Amino acid sequence: MEQIIQQLINGVSLGSIYALIALGYTMVYGIINLINFAHGDIYMMGAFVGYALTTFLGLGFIPSLIASMVACSILGMVVEKIAYKPLRNSSRISLLITAISVSLFLQYIMVYFIGPETRTFPNVLESNRITFFDGSVILDTKNIYILVITIILMIALQYVVHRTKIGKAMRAVALDKEAAEFMGVNVNKVISYTFAIGSALAGAAGVLVGIYYNTVDPLMGSGPGLKAFVAAVLGGIGLIPGAVFGGFFLGLVETIVSAYGGSVYKDAVAFAILILILLVKPAGLLGKNIKEKV
Amino acid sequence: MLELKNLNVYYGAIHALKSINLKINDGEIVTLIGANGAGKSTTLKTISGMLKPKSGEILLEGKNINQLSAPDIVKLGMAHVPEGRRVFAKMSVMENLEMGAYTRNDKGSIKEDIKKMFNLFPRLEERKEQMAGTLSGGEQQMLAIARGLMSRPKLILLDEPSMGLAPIIVNEIFEIIKDINKLGTTVLLVEQNANMALKLADRAYIIRTGEIELEGNARDLLKDENVRRAYLEG
Repeated sequence: MEQIIQQLINGVSLGSIYALIALGYTMVYGIINLINFAHGDIYMMGAFVGYALTTFLGLGFIPSLIASMVACSILGMVVEKIAYKPLRNSSRISLLITAISVSLFLQYIMVYFIGPETRTFPNVLESNRITFFDGSVILDTKNIYILVITIILMIALQYVVHRTKIGKAMRAVALDKEAAEFMGVNVNKVISYTFAIGSALAGAAGVLVGIYYNTVDPLMGSGPGLKAFVAAVLGGIGLIPGAVFGGFFLGLVETIVSAYGGSVYKDAVAFAILILILLVKPAGLLGKNIKEKV
Repeated sequence: MLELKNLNVYYGAIHALKSINLKINDGEIVTLIGANGAGKSTTLKTISGMLKPKSGEILLEGKNINQLSAPDIVKLGMAHVPEGRRVFAKMSVMENLEMGAYTRNDKGSIKEDIKKMFNLFPRLEERKEQMAGTLSGGEQQMLAIARGLMSRPKLILLDEPSMGLAPIIVNEIFEIIKDINKLGTTVLLVEQNANMALKLADRAYIIRTGEIELEGNARDLLKDENVRRAYLEG
């Protein structure tokens, strides 16, 4: 019993991080049908920005988080402008190969400039441990921080997407680019904003991982990047609630599998679940294949 | 209002529009009719900036708009209601109307205009929170037109508004087009339903394989023997 509660706590933290990354995948897929494989590396860059700001400038947690989100949104827009925009009318496979190249480029440019070694993320958050059940369940304040920040960001995203003009334009472009253009929407600008928002969320995830696991390295993005992609597909790619659901689902599954002695197999279990779900519900758990009237 | 001078448009190597000349005066309803693939939608897409002409001129109120982007042309006062309605299926009726006003920033008068649209199309008001994809075909067409009007256009381009609709709904839509015109919007109507379009319009152009074959007063064309044989009978 205590172990299950402990794993639930860990799973929610891991799930928050997956969900934040998965949101960027799903938003970009929704708008230009691209699986942006460089997204995990934007998250890595976010972690490094957080690392640099806390270590060398001594900034606190919240300022670093915000700065990292801003830096990542700029990076996301630059990547889109340089790498993806020129391919707007090319085949999807060229876009996908480009995304993989951008991913490798970001990883190895970091290795080249700062070296491949793992660095320690400073302890910028005081970690107070609250224990339950005579110390067998530990709730770290970091867990609470991660969850609260994730929820705040998700509420903010929900607000932007549903209540603001740019958010409505994003949804319109995702549904029908040409029709959106007929309304006077500048589609390129909207795509750029989508990358900015998705990348900002990845940047936040990077800093949260830094404070949670205390380490950063240039290749840290590929694992969680792939997992978040799985999470987005599990929930239904292109759907914002799907990414959130998929992220938490995957985080919980992984920690529970690890808890029962299967930590070696946790990735295998994650991907097995993906295969099963895609066999039964190809559109993802929250995806629907609605036929629309024409 | 709008003038096309010797307009040539290509799709790759295909010469889709050949020296099109067309003129729409303020306050008119002009219809462009022709068979499938004759170049009707291509003409509209070129006017609204989605396709760029190879040569020729598009003049909106005397201003050359050849090189302007689609969003800039919307800002100049032209709305395009695309073929197949193309409403945003997973957005509510309300949100679709708001998207129509995308180029405007005057929140207060946007709200008033939405009210006006609900007066013009009472059925949309009943369904304002519903997703547009759940509306019937006729309601979607009404929404598409209302959405187009939300940019407060001087000229509205309507691409096949009767497509796939029951005759009774088509009548309703055409009545609405007449009303919109009376309220001061100039209309360019593209139709395959030549009979109805000619009855509604002031003037008409008949396009065939990318060329204007005939033009004239809509009532005259309706009586024209050749037009009757080619477009109205059989």
